Amino acid sequence: MLALIARDIALARSQGGGLGAALGFILSVLVLVPLALGPDQALLQRLAPGIMWLSLLLSVLLTADRMFQQDYEDGSLDVMMMGHLPFEVVTLTKALAHWLTVSLPLAVIAPPLGLMLNLDIRQLPLLGLSMIAGSLALTMVASIGGAVTAGLRRGGLLSSLLILPLYVPVLIFGVAVTTSGTGADHSIPALTVLLAIAVISVVIAPWASAAALKAYLR
Amino acid sequence: MVDNTWFNRMANSTRLIAENLACERGGRVVFSNCSFELHAGEMMEVRGRNGAGKSSLLRLLAGLNTPAEGRIELENGKVNTSLAEQSHYIGHAEANKPALTVAQNLKFWAAFLEGTLTDVAFETFNLSKLKNDQALLLSAGQKRRLALARLIIAERLVWLLDEPTTGLDATSLVALQTVINRHLHAGGMVIAATHGDIGILAARHLQLGGVS
Repeated sequence: MLALIARDIALARSQGGGLGAALGFILSVLVLVPLALGPDQALLQRLAPGIMWLSLLLSVLLTADRMFQQDYEDGSLDVMMMGHLPFEVVTLTKALAHWLTVSLPLAVIAPPLGLMLNLDIRQLPLLGLSMIAGSLALTMVASIGGAVTAGLRRGGLLSSLLILPLYVPVLIFGVAVTTSGTGADHSIPALTVLLAIAVISVVIAPWASAAALKAYLR
Repeated sequence: MVDNTWFNRMANSTRLIAENLACERGGRVVFSNCSFELHAGEMMEVRGRNGAGKSSLLRLLAGLNTPAEGRIELENGKVNTSLAEQSHYIGHAEANKPALTVAQNLKFWAAFLEGTLTDVAFETFNLSKLKNDQALLLSAGQKRRLALARLIIAERLVWLLDEPTTGLDATSLVALQTVINRHLHAGGMVIAATHGDIGILAARHLQLGGVS
């Protein structure tokens, strides 16, 4: 399992792509939004957490179809399915590697970038915390979409349609952490729900993606 | 590889039995009524025209697909271990990562398949000089050799080889024959889908579909 994580991280490093493209997406949103909405600082400040969440969510979605596709096409998944590890552990491991190489770095880098949208600096720690928790859920849900479309050449559209409805709860509670008012009383419930969603997705997603991939390998 | 492998110690009582296998893909019956029995130390060449189901049979045996009918059983294999876990499968897709070097590829599979990576694995298929080259730069035959090196790094009872000689030059073909003979001698089993002759004299034949 560790070998698989190490391999996927090495692959992500040597191929680049995933994180770079996603980060580029977030940056372009951040640069364009103030131009589109005009220089109203108060408005931007109010919208900042929501826009940050949207761009994080969409950028993770952007990388979803890459998660299993290469391993499916080059036959690695065949060999992995035959190994002693349960296939669900393989999909979980690959999703975790995706989280470590794409979603987590994005969740860490994105909140400071939010200052470009005049984000209230006091909200920064909370936004960061909620994004780290949320990014795990985003990756896990994305892994289901990635698995379902692993064998399709242009699976991006289909996986977006499949994943987006499942992203709604993450988005609602993620944004709620920073917008439901200031102070611990208001944000802790939302943060707890967000963590719960993340934990549930870690449990369910590996099974769903393993089942989808097994159907492809026949 | 040494002769004293675990499957050699099982006193050659291992048998792989396939009974009335039928394979269905996409609602179409690829083959049916396929039966064979393979004993320890035996090799079987699966032949048949394109589309006769050679690869499908290997994938059934590898546990990647489930038979529509019939059963596959390994008698006196390792206990509590599925046939797939005791098998090597080298398919057309070679499971090499182009962005990694030859050594990194093998190191990963050695860890994943719980084997050991020694210099022997590189030497057998003459990969020592290519160790630090990216798999991306390899020729078709070299990629095949890299995939075949998986046979060396982890010990498995059954080898499922899908046209293993594709792209191999004469030297590598001899290397493959040597490795297969050693495996058979140690009590292993080999099932290979092929059109040509792999060059193992004692190999049995299984014809799928009509004669090609």
